[in-house]
Amino acid sequence: MLRPKFFVYLGIFILLLFMPKLLPVYQLMLFESGITFAIMGLGFNLLLRYTGLLSFGHGALFATGAYAVGMMGKYFPDLYRIEILIPVALLASLVVSAIFGFICVRHTRIFFSILALALSMVLYALLVKFYDITGGSDGIHIDLPIMFGKSFEGMKRFEFLSGAYYYFLICMFAVCTIFMLAIVNSPFGKALQSIRDNEIRAEMIGIRVRRYRLYSFILSGLFTGMGGALWSFVNGHVTPESAEWIFSGEIVYMTLLGGFMVFEGPIVGAILFTYLKLYAVSITQYWMLIIGATLILLVLLLPEGIAGGFVKLFSRTKKVDDTGTAYVKYK
Amino acid sequence: MENWVIYILNGLYFASFLFLTSLGLSIILGVMGILNLAHGSLFAIGAFMAAWVIGSFGAKAPITIFFVGLFAAMGISGLMGLVLETSLIRPMYHRALEYQLLITFGALMLIEDLIKLVWGGTAYYASKPFTVMGNIILGDNQYPVYFIFVVMASIVAGLGVWLIMSKTRVGIMLRAISMDREMARAMGIRIGKLNTLAFGIGAALAGMAGALIVPTTPALLGIGMDPLIMAFIVVVLGGLGSLRGALVGSLIVGETRSIGIVFFPEIELPLLFLIAVIILVFKPKGLFGE
Amino acid sequence: MLNINDLIKDFGKLRIINSVGFEVKDDEIVSLVGPNGAGKTTLVNLISGHILPTSGKIEFLGHDMTFASPYRRIKRGIARNFQITNLFGDSTVLDNLRICLFSTYGKIKNGIIPASHYRTITEEAIDILGIFGISDKKDLFPPGLSEGDKKILDTAMAFALKSKFLLLDEPTSGVATGDKFKVMDTIIAAIKKEKMACMIIEHDMDIVSDYSDRVLVLSEGEIIASGKPKEIMEQDNVKEILFGVKA
Repeated sequence: MLRPKFFVYLGIFILLLFMPKLLPVYQLMLFESGITFAIMGLGFNLLLRYTGLLSFGHGALFATGAYAVGMMGKYFPDLYRIEILIPVALLASLVVSAIFGFICVRHTRIFFSILALALSMVLYALLVKFYDITGGSDGIHIDLPIMFGKSFEGMKRFEFLSGAYYYFLICMFAVCTIFMLAIVNSPFGKALQSIRDNEIRAEMIGIRVRRYRLYSFILSGLFTGMGGALWSFVNGHVTPESAEWIFSGEIVYMTLLGGFMVFEGPIVGAILFTYLKLYAVSITQYWMLIIGATLILLVLLLPEGIAGGFVKLFSRTKKVDDTGTAYVKYK
Repeated sequence: MENWVIYILNGLYFASFLFLTSLGLSIILGVMGILNLAHGSLFAIGAFMAAWVIGSFGAKAPITIFFVGLFAAMGISGLMGLVLETSLIRPMYHRALEYQLLITFGALMLIEDLIKLVWGGTAYYASKPFTVMGNIILGDNQYPVYFIFVVMASIVAGLGVWLIMSKTRVGIMLRAISMDREMARAMGIRIGKLNTLAFGIGAALAGMAGALIVPTTPALLGIGMDPLIMAFIVVVLGGLGSLRGALVGSLIVGETRSIGIVFFPEIELPLLFLIAVIILVFKPKGLFGE
Repeated sequence: MLNINDLIKDFGKLRIINSVGFEVKDDEIVSLVGPNGAGKTTLVNLISGHILPTSGKIEFLGHDMTFASPYRRIKRGIARNFQITNLFGDSTVLDNLRICLFSTYGKIKNGIIPASHYRTITEEAIDILGIFGISDKKDLFPPGLSEGDKKILDTAMAFALKSKFLLLDEPTSGVATGDKFKVMDTIIAAIKKEKMACMIIEHDMDIVSDYSDRVLVLSEGEIIASGKPKEIMEQDNVKEILFGVKA
């Protein structure tokens, strides 16, 4: 009864487990960054693809998760255990996304987007201004945490990241992916999609649009914050830059790159993006020009992104109805 | 007592920039239904253009060069707006609104680096016109003439826009489109060309605001982000697509900022965002409704 | 079941609904007829909550619904279709109906179990599609349907909300004339089986006389006649308004 997709996923998961043997350390760390962005991408896409809301302020939610870890390290070093850090980061993300979401979802979709941007800029300003608490633009250094009782003090970060932490990260990634799969295929997920499709009709069949958008926003924020928290260990450092509009733009970009119409799109996009950015930044200082130009090209020519375009190619024969006209799901 | 006059004048000064940028944003939003995320970039282009002109040539005849810089800024921003509209926004017209947002955001990033490419990453100072205009005496205080000039300039611009919108055929057509696009199209109005014009006007206004700010603030990368958000806040608070809305919204936000600087310096901008956001919680359709 | 008293709706200086009052009993099928611009859709919007009245009272099952939100009214049991079909274009016909059932049964809070696992609900959705004669189209997408089928789906979705009172705004407009009676038969049979009350806006007087228990005639925002179809159609003022026939 298991669909072929399940085996593909399983195969990929097993491959992921072998990555530390296959990749040199530096590459592995880059890949780990990509994985944390992928978790964030899943959250972002719940909002974009499934609820129809485009947020230009998700960097703030990522930063919330990351700073939660940083602040815990700074103010509660005794509690610096991953079993505590992750839940705290989730709690922080819950609070911030509930606030952001409450403000943003009451507006039309266009205003939602720019309001999210505005709120993230407020958070950015606060992170920079309150230097004493947040470390200002210097940010906070992230130490290696105690994981399930085992301390890694004294170990070099790259050792930590290519060892125990990698497997932890992959497990978290798998859990998040499974969770998100469940959500989007559930009646809740269908309700979100109906809101995206036709909010008036959704309201008319008894779905409280505003409330469900808020739920979606909060869930999105939880995944994004999780990504931020997990990323903080990889990066070793958290700065307000994560909350800045440029990063929020990169989040949108990587989701589009991979294709937001397909569930796996943001994952592909996030990983691709990390490599793309590294390469681009090494050959030019005009990184934003490249993202800007490619974003425009993507929107004009390949709105389904790379993964999406791939899928479209393969399922071209499927969406043909009785009258023989191919109906392409364009959004 | 006199201090309050200063605060109010300062408020008008801030409001001027807000008015110009939000008016531009509002026109584009009203006529085309697009929230132009690249609006701040158009402001930035205007700022850099003016600062460069003034800085390079302004030593001998600061005031004349200032006006040259001002019009050059409006010209280049307007031109960039026309380019954006025809190349990027036109093809997106039939797509979902989010695509339009995405493409203007892409334009935002592109222009940001374009500015870096053309003008480099350093700050451009252009304070000559400000110093040359000097101060006037207000009671015990001195007040910069330049500030008053800015307020005058934006009033002139506002009047100009109002005249175009209400007295010229083009303006009336633009208003018709913003009220009911389908109806306007049915009446034979050429939407395409007018859309481009609206975008160009909106862009030029943003460029004007950018140019006016450089005698007091150097042109730096990222200078357009705050004006973008502020313009948006003004538009939402004051009501969409109306000149009156932009005017009232700008005055409110400008005066609030002026008072904010007195009592909460350094964080007056985030505080302003916060206040606006709180207002939006209670009145999601802005202070003046739909 | 539904009690309307002295309902007034002004749009600025224009009085669209002028002191309208009537009753709908349980299980009753009432037709709302009248010339264009009489205010029929406005009245439906007032009942469904999309517009709020200037004054007056709307009571449903003993509860005051005058200023209640559309959501509240749906939860109490008022459902409607739309004159211009309003469907979920990116979901299949089956999904369109299924989401209504998910909502009705309160399942939309569930975020873990896949929607496809809900066998009974899926079967019920297919059943309802069958009742309305479109189950063969269940995997198609709304943009690929004919206008008439879209209308039928729209009505089926309103029906799937298991409401007690159904508001139908021209349910057969867009349906081919030959099929109109078939469609109405289906709709009315389904409604009667579920013991729903119903108010239908209709222009086709044949349909009105065949299917309604009672007819309300609305003209310029006022009810000028109310009663059984045959009686109403004999009244002079009604004939004048509807058919332009002077006594």
